[in-house]
Amino acid sequence: MSANALLSVENLSVRFGGLAAVSDISFDVQRREVFTLIGPNGAGKTTVLNLISRIYHPSAGNIHFDGHRITGLKPDGVARLGIARTFQNIELFQHASVLQNLLIGRHTRRYGNFWQHLFFTPAVREAEHAARAKVEEIIDLLELQHYRDTIIAGLPYGVRKVVELARALCVEPRLLLLDEPSSGLNAEETNDLAFWIDDIREELGTTILMVEHDMTLVSRVSDRVLAMNHGELVALGSPDEVKSHPGVIEAYLGSGREVSALRRPKR
Amino acid sequence: MRFIFKTSYDQDIRLAKHSGHVFWYGLLLAALALAPFVLPVFWSSLITMVMIYGIVGLGLMLLSGFTGLFSIGHAAFMGVGAYMQAVLTALGWPFPIALLCSMGAAAIVGAVVGLPALRVRGLYLAIATLAFAFIVEEVLVRWESVTGGNRGLAVGMINLFGWKTSSPTVFYYICMVLALLATLGALNLLRSPTGRAFVAIRDSEVSAQSMGVTLAYYKTLSFAVSAALAGLGGALSAHMLRFITPDQFGIVQSIDLLLIVMIGGLGSVHGAFFGSIFLILTPQAIALAKGFLPPAIGQTVGLQSVVYGLVLMAFVLFEPTGIYGRWMKIRIWFALAPLYRRGLLKRQRSFQKTDRLA
Repeated sequence: MSANALLSVENLSVRFGGLAAVSDISFDVQRREVFTLIGPNGAGKTTVLNLISRIYHPSAGNIHFDGHRITGLKPDGVARLGIARTFQNIELFQHASVLQNLLIGRHTRRYGNFWQHLFFTPAVREAEHAARAKVEEIIDLLELQHYRDTIIAGLPYGVRKVVELARALCVEPRLLLLDEPSSGLNAEETNDLAFWIDDIREELGTTILMVEHDMTLVSRVSDRVLAMNHGELVALGSPDEVKSHPGVIEAYLGSGREVSALRRPKR
Repeated sequence: MRFIFKTSYDQDIRLAKHSGHVFWYGLLLAALALAPFVLPVFWSSLITMVMIYGIVGLGLMLLSGFTGLFSIGHAAFMGVGAYMQAVLTALGWPFPIALLCSMGAAAIVGAVVGLPALRVRGLYLAIATLAFAFIVEEVLVRWESVTGGNRGLAVGMINLFGWKTSSPTVFYYICMVLALLATLGALNLLRSPTGRAFVAIRDSEVSAQSMGVTLAYYKTLSFAVSAALAGLGGALSAHMLRFITPDQFGIVQSIDLLLIVMIGGLGSVHGAFFGSIFLILTPQAIALAKGFLPPAIGQTVGLQSVVYGLVLMAFVLFEPTGIYGRWMKIRIWFALAPLYRRGLLKRQRSFQKTDRLA
């Protein structure tokens, strides 16, 4: 574990009954790095994300975030440490407006207790202004002005994805976990996403750990890539190294023998 | 149609969003303040009942409509508040202090009942609250030395630090002020981080906790606040009825309260009051209608239950957003006339997420 690592995962395993969803995975994520998990469906990528955000509990192994061991925390405790996430299937607050969704992102930085909220004291109002100002910054960054007061249930899929990203950014996270941010987006939207990921790292200084299938996007934004298959680590390195790693090719296309069997026989 | 040009964040925080709100709610308050002088006693006592049930409905609305936790035992919290109030009044405690104690007692009981909510959800939670309500009713029946059991308990006069009164007009104003305060409190909570956490839990628990919302704390809080308001309503209804028995706070009452939030419109503060207007005025309307109905229908026992049942079914089928939803649609119709078209407010069904059983 290097000194600069923001997140370090050591020998992480989780079993669901007889299924080893993740077995013995270790990796470090450096500060201000974009780190991507790739792998075929069912490889255990999302499980790793769920383990970090503490929705699942590991059977073995440890996760440290900025010197804290987070394996004993609850999901809300992880959020307070500064880890925010998005979900593969979009988990927005359906019957609230975009603005309200983003304001919930400010929950870890809220001001006041129940009684102060009940009487809506001037200090609470002041804090609401500050929260709104921060939310407006994110709205500007992700160009959501047009949708500010729309109820989520009425928004198209692509916009919901962006709202979810925005909500995670409102936490002002130090580590942002993105679960397949480009799934369901069209080429143009994916392109925007690549710019935003760069912006988030450059302007906000956020470290990003993401799960992604779109290899163009992965190669474009990632510093390092980790490939998984059947819950095990296959390769770890720069995007190009991982793409040309024989184990990765095998995981996606099958073994070399199977591939050569597909070739036209030579005459 | 009104377009609001927003120039400050305060415009989104303020309770009265524009001058129209100030005017109409001001008018409503003025009308309510004048009502006891203008209306016959019978009608102003009906309004008192509407306000009492509005307070209880508001409590249940916070819990079910905004936090997404259903309770079919809410009458039990009313019972706790009512008996506490009756006992403390008998001991000679001043009305405001007794009222606060009744709310506190109900809130504590509510927080305890909320504990299963940390583990179970949806229908299972509803059954747990139902079981709890039976326990409370049973306690009220058996603990005869304090509650008088099934013989009931007489409730003393309102004692405002030595000045005793049983004037319906004074009671009307007390209820009006308390209903107003309860509403303002609920609105304040809803525009603050606490209320947003409630809504987050209602819409997606998993992402609420990933945003840092501590589920245990906010679910317990929601139960406590909701029970406190139910306790307040119960205490007021004890003074209103002047005589309480355990069966007033049984399952039928709980269903009535559920009716308030369902028919009023889940997830709206207006809905609590619309629902309680419906609950209080329907029996009167039925009583009035009886004279005009053929005796075979008009004299039938249980006519009221049938009407309630039919109305509830009609709402679930045709207007799931309740009276408040219908009210909004009518307002939009007038605001947009003549451009309103059918299906304007229909959302396209989207299948992005498996519809989970709540």
